[in-house]
Amino acid sequence: MTSSFLLDGEEVPFTPGQTVMQAASAAGKYIPHLCWHPDFAAHGSCKLCTVKIGGGFATACTTRAAAGQDVENGTEELTAKRRTLLQLLFVEGNHFCPSCEKSGSCVLQASAYEVGMLSPHFDHFYPDRAVDASHPDVLLDFNRCIMCELCVRASREVDGKNVFALSGRGAKSHLIVNSESGRLADTDFAATDRAAEVCPVGVILRKRVGFAVPIGQRDYDARPISQRVVEKLADGEQEAG
Amino acid sequence: MSSETLDAGMTPRKLKVATVSLAGCFGCHMSFLDIDERILPLLERVEFDRSPITDIKHCGPCDIGLIEGGVCNAENVHVLREFRANCKVLIALGACAVNGGLPAQRNHLELADILQQVYRTGHGLAEGSQIPNDPELPLPLNQVHAVHEVVRIDYFLPGCPPSGDAIWAFLTQLIKGRAPTLGHGLLQYD
Repeated sequence: MTSSFLLDGEEVPFTPGQTVMQAASAAGKYIPHLCWHPDFAAHGSCKLCTVKIGGGFATACTTRAAAGQDVENGTEELTAKRRTLLQLLFVEGNHFCPSCEKSGSCVLQASAYEVGMLSPHFDHFYPDRAVDASHPDVLLDFNRCIMCELCVRASREVDGKNVFALSGRGAKSHLIVNSESGRLADTDFAATDRAAEVCPVGVILRKRVGFAVPIGQRDYDARPISQRVVEKLADGEQEAG
Repeated sequence: MSSETLDAGMTPRKLKVATVSLAGCFGCHMSFLDIDERILPLLERVEFDRSPITDIKHCGPCDIGLIEGGVCNAENVHVLREFRANCKVLIALGACAVNGGLPAQRNHLELADILQQVYRTGHGLAEGSQIPNDPELPLPLNQVHAVHEVVRIDYFLPGCPPSGDAIWAFLTQLIKGRAPTLGHGLLQYD
C-alpha cells in the first residue's frame, strides 16, 4: 500500500514504516542531514534534517511518514536554523578546510555551502584534540569529529568490531577508540572496514590517498550536495557519509 | 570571467576602500589582483586608502575595509580596531580572517613552547639563537583569533583564498548596495 504526504507542496509517496527522510530520499528529494545514512538506523542527533510538520519541528530521520502530512523543508526559516546548527558545529571543532584532505568531499562543508554559511558567527572553541596516526593504513583526526556516530554504527553493525564509541557528556563528549591503549593500532580495525569510509567529515582518513583527486575536482566541488545526493539516489548508488 | 559591470547609470562619488593583511599570507590580496582587467571598472568606482597598493600606513575614514588574516598579536588587534573605527563596512576576507585559518592551528600548543622550539631548540639554528625581544616587536597572543572575535564584522568572504571571481562578485554586489551572496563554486572554504 502506498500513501503520500506533501513535502514543500509536492506529493511524496511512502510505504508504511518509512520515515519522512527515507520516503523523501527514495523520491529524490534532498533534506539536509549529517548523522543519517540510508544503511543505518536513524540516530536523530545532528538535527540538521529538522523539518516542520503541521507547524511543529521534527527530525525527518526519526519521524514516521503519515498520509496527508504537510512537511516544510526548504523554507528560509529552516535554512536559517540549519545555518546556525552548522555554525555551532564548525566552532565546536577545529574545521580548517584548506588543510583537510576531505575538503570538497566533506558533507559538513557541503551542507554549509548549501545553506549559504559565510561565517562561523560564534566564537571558536579551538578545542585541544589529539590526532591518532598509529594505524598503518588509517589516520584519525579528532579535530573534525561532529559525533554523528556513523563510524560507531558501521563498526558495530556491519564490521562486527565495535572499534569506536562516544565518551563524555555535553561539551566534553568525544569519540574514543575501544582499545586498552586508546590507539587505533591496537584494535582489529582495517582500511577495508565499512567504518573506514562512512565518516562524513575528515576524521577517518585512509593514508597515502589524500590528494589522489585534487581539490576542486571532488564530489561537491562539481555540484552542490543537494544535486549530488539526488543524482546518487537516481543512480542507485550508496550515499557516501 | 564575469561580464557584469559596475555601471550604475550615473556617476556617484568614489568609495574609499582600505585593505590590510593581519596574520595572513597576502594570498587574499593576490587573489584580489586576480580580478585582472576588471580592476579598471573597479577603479572608476573606488579609490584605495590604506592598502599594500598605496603603502599608506594608517586607515582614514573609509566606506569599505577588507581584512585579510586572523589576529595573532597586539599590533593586529590595534590595526583591526583602527579599521573598525574608520570603515563603515568591514569585510573578513579569506579563511584566516573568518576562522583563524592556518595560523590558528597553533592554538592547542603552548605559545612559550612554540617560541622555544622556533628560536632556540629547532633544527638549523645558529648557536646562541634567542627568542627575539625588542620593544618594536608586537607581542604574540596566546591564541590566534578570527577577526569577528575582536571587532564587529559586517560581511564574510570565506576561501583560502577566495577566488578573484568570488571577490569580484562580492564587491560588485556590495558597491551596488546589495547584501552580497555567493552561489555554488564561488562559496568555497578551501
